[in-house]
Amino acid sequence: MSCCGQASLALAAAPAGAEAGPSREEILLASHRIGEGLWQTDLSVPAVHCGACMRAIESTLGRLEGVEGARVNLSTRRVSVRWREPANPCAFIPTLASIGYPAHLDDPAADERDETLARLVRALAVAGFGAMNIMLMSVAVWAGAEAGTRDLFHLISAAIALPTIGYSGRIFFSSAWNALRHRRTNMDVPISIGILIAFGMSLYDTLNSGAHAYFDAAVSLIFFLLVGRTLDHVMRERARTAVKGLARFAARGAHVVHPDGRQEYLPLAEIEPGMTLMVAAGERIPVDGEILSGRSDIDCSLVNGESLPREVGPGATVEAGTLNLTGPVTMRARAAAKDSFLAEMVRLMEAAESGRSRYRRLADRAASLYAPVVHTAAFVTFVGWMLAGGGWHESLSIAVAVLIITCPCALALAVPMVQVVAARRLFEVGIMVKDGGALERITEVDTVVFDKTGTLTLGTLVLTNGDDIPPADLAVAAGICAHSRHPHSRAIVAAAQDRVRLAPVFDEVREHPGLGLEAKLGGDVYRLGRAAWALRDAGGITGTVLSCNGRLVARFAFADRLRPGARQAVQTLKDEGLRIVLLSGDRSDEVQRLAGALGIDEYAGDLVPGDKVARLATLAAEGRKVLMVGDGLNDAPALAAAHASMAPSTAADIGRNAADFVFLREGLEAVPAVLRLSRAAHALTRQNLALALIYNAIAMPFAVLGYVTPLVAAIAMSSSSIIVVANALRLGRTEGGAREQGGLAAARLSEAHA
Amino acid sequence: MSDFFYLIPLSLGLGCIGLAVFLWSLRGGQYEDLDGAAERVITDEDVPILPQRHSASRQG
Repeated sequence: MSCCGQASLALAAAPAGAEAGPSREEILLASHRIGEGLWQTDLSVPAVHCGACMRAIESTLGRLEGVEGARVNLSTRRVSVRWREPANPCAFIPTLASIGYPAHLDDPAADERDETLARLVRALAVAGFGAMNIMLMSVAVWAGAEAGTRDLFHLISAAIALPTIGYSGRIFFSSAWNALRHRRTNMDVPISIGILIAFGMSLYDTLNSGAHAYFDAAVSLIFFLLVGRTLDHVMRERARTAVKGLARFAARGAHVVHPDGRQEYLPLAEIEPGMTLMVAAGERIPVDGEILSGRSDIDCSLVNGESLPREVGPGATVEAGTLNLTGPVTMRARAAAKDSFLAEMVRLMEAAESGRSRYRRLADRAASLYAPVVHTAAFVTFVGWMLAGGGWHESLSIAVAVLIITCPCALALAVPMVQVVAARRLFEVGIMVKDGGALERITEVDTVVFDKTGTLTLGTLVLTNGDDIPPADLAVAAGICAHSRHPHSRAIVAAAQDRVRLAPVFDEVREHPGLGLEAKLGGDVYRLGRAAWALRDAGGITGTVLSCNGRLVARFAFADRLRPGARQAVQTLKDEGLRIVLLSGDRSDEVQRLAGALGIDEYAGDLVPGDKVARLATLAAEGRKVLMVGDGLNDAPALAAAHASMAPSTAADIGRNAADFVFLREGLEAVPAVLRLSRAAHALTRQNLALALIYNAIAMPFAVLGYVTPLVAAIAMSSSSIIVVANALRLGRTEGGAREQGGLAAARLSEAHA
Repeated sequence: MSDFFYLIPLSLGLGCIGLAVFLWSLRGGQYEDLDGAAERVITDEDVPILPQRHSASRQG
């Protein structure tokens, strides 16, 4: 399995070609049959962003043989392709890549329809219908309908309100009931009590020809709150699907060689210890095991943070999740997938999460203070009016008015609205927020812990002495390297991209795993790789060299590249008085060098995943609130253990799922940006809570004294909600810089693929 | 005024039809891709819903 077949490889196409697409078996595993020989394959295409993209993708895929149709979903940036047998599903991804849309297989599990959203929208529709119609009735009543008409209108309102509250209110009632059963309170408890008492009291008044009914208040309260809740859900779900749509790093299955020589592609769950597996170059190692035959280089950067690939041969052990770079190997599985390195990380993560003190959301903390005050006030009002001789009916009516007017409509919107706006602003600059609580937690952070490989650095090597190498030699090297996916080769190709127009075409190129590449051109033999292998007389020269017939032509030096903006990000965080710590699984001298370059005083290398969690536990014991920024599999437990966590989009799958924030751009400016925006959001949240409290403090005395009618309640409630929402929308404006950056970056993105 | 009370069940009935249509379109998946729908309305080709009438008009 070498690339000798295609002797001429255009240089520009090389980086894309070096990334092997999934095998046919893997695609079939991720597709589902929709009857009659028809299959559906879902692909994630992150670069889709407009109608023209949709047309290009749909028409290009539609022209492929056997494809019945392709449909792009622009909201989730996915395309589902329907095809039947003669079609070649392996062609989909290269076809998309050739028209400028890199794609990858999407998990069928990620395609489940969002039931919660559907339930929320249905409840919202019913509540909106109810609120509108009851309001129409109420306007007639407020306008001064005569007693008979008023009673009729109240009765019709009750008839609409009962099913509406029953259907749309369930979301609040079930959540409140859940909280009460666990002896906690949340925002939904006072809401539910307010709605139920208001409805019961109004129903009693309606049946006894009372003058006031609060059906409109009860139903529009539900409507307003559902609006906030639905927006919140949409925002989080959008972030979640964006993260789910990122390329998957773990293998879905593996080629198993049975003892009778038969080969079969089995899903990961069915691989058992002792099975013989074949792993082609460019595939991830599916489970822990040892190499039986073949030589290759293994990229462990995502697993343990080592930046240089490791050379393996027969007898070497390999961990699940590492990438096989240069040669095909046969390996024996030592553990099932559920017992592999990855699974050990999941266990560590669960342990870390259970140890993390449970954070209580700001809104819930406010509610636990607020609800008793409101309920006491209503109760005292009732008792007071009873003592003053108001009679139980009048006393109860006024107590209900107090409950309605103080019902935390504004309070319940105060926090989610700000978080929805904040999440939106972050989304615009390519940062996904997994849940609103993360925005609150990150404002408490006083220590930032970074991982090295893949976080502070990009995890990809670059050629550092490219300018010292004559262009002709670089062209030869690039021509050879286009045939390999070893990090060194890719670094040379990338360096040559700007400086070399035309690379020579070789008669034959062969890769020797662990050693380098050998190319033949006419009578000359070029070797690019280890000095000891490439040179006839190495004589003290080490590292990577290019030789012609055993004579030295050029030497190459490589280094891991810093993530753009890393230095500024670290400096900004330091200036803000945050403690910066660097924890890495890479060699200590590498870590020390990078820490020195970035001005980080606290660092540690050679850490195993358990050590990182232990370090975080030590910091937590000192009373530190830690923000963990990491990407590797080995960081996942630490991401779960930290007070708040961030991961780049290139992180391992489980790390991305464990992190609170995922940033899609390369630059590390995302870290200070998130901190800045969350702090602004936090300030606005507190403002909103204060606004809601002031409003309640003003309205409450009037309610207690019995001056509040349903009309006043309706006006007060809506106006306070509108004020809170309008205040939340200010968030983008105070943070004008971030928004502008978002626009610029979006423009750059669209330029890049236009 | 009471002569116009028949308008109340009428308006409620219309409202109910609107609600039912919304829930039906929700179930049919018309809200799954709002961004895409916004773009498709511009780029999609106009395909006649009733092709036979198209041909009939050409004959006439």
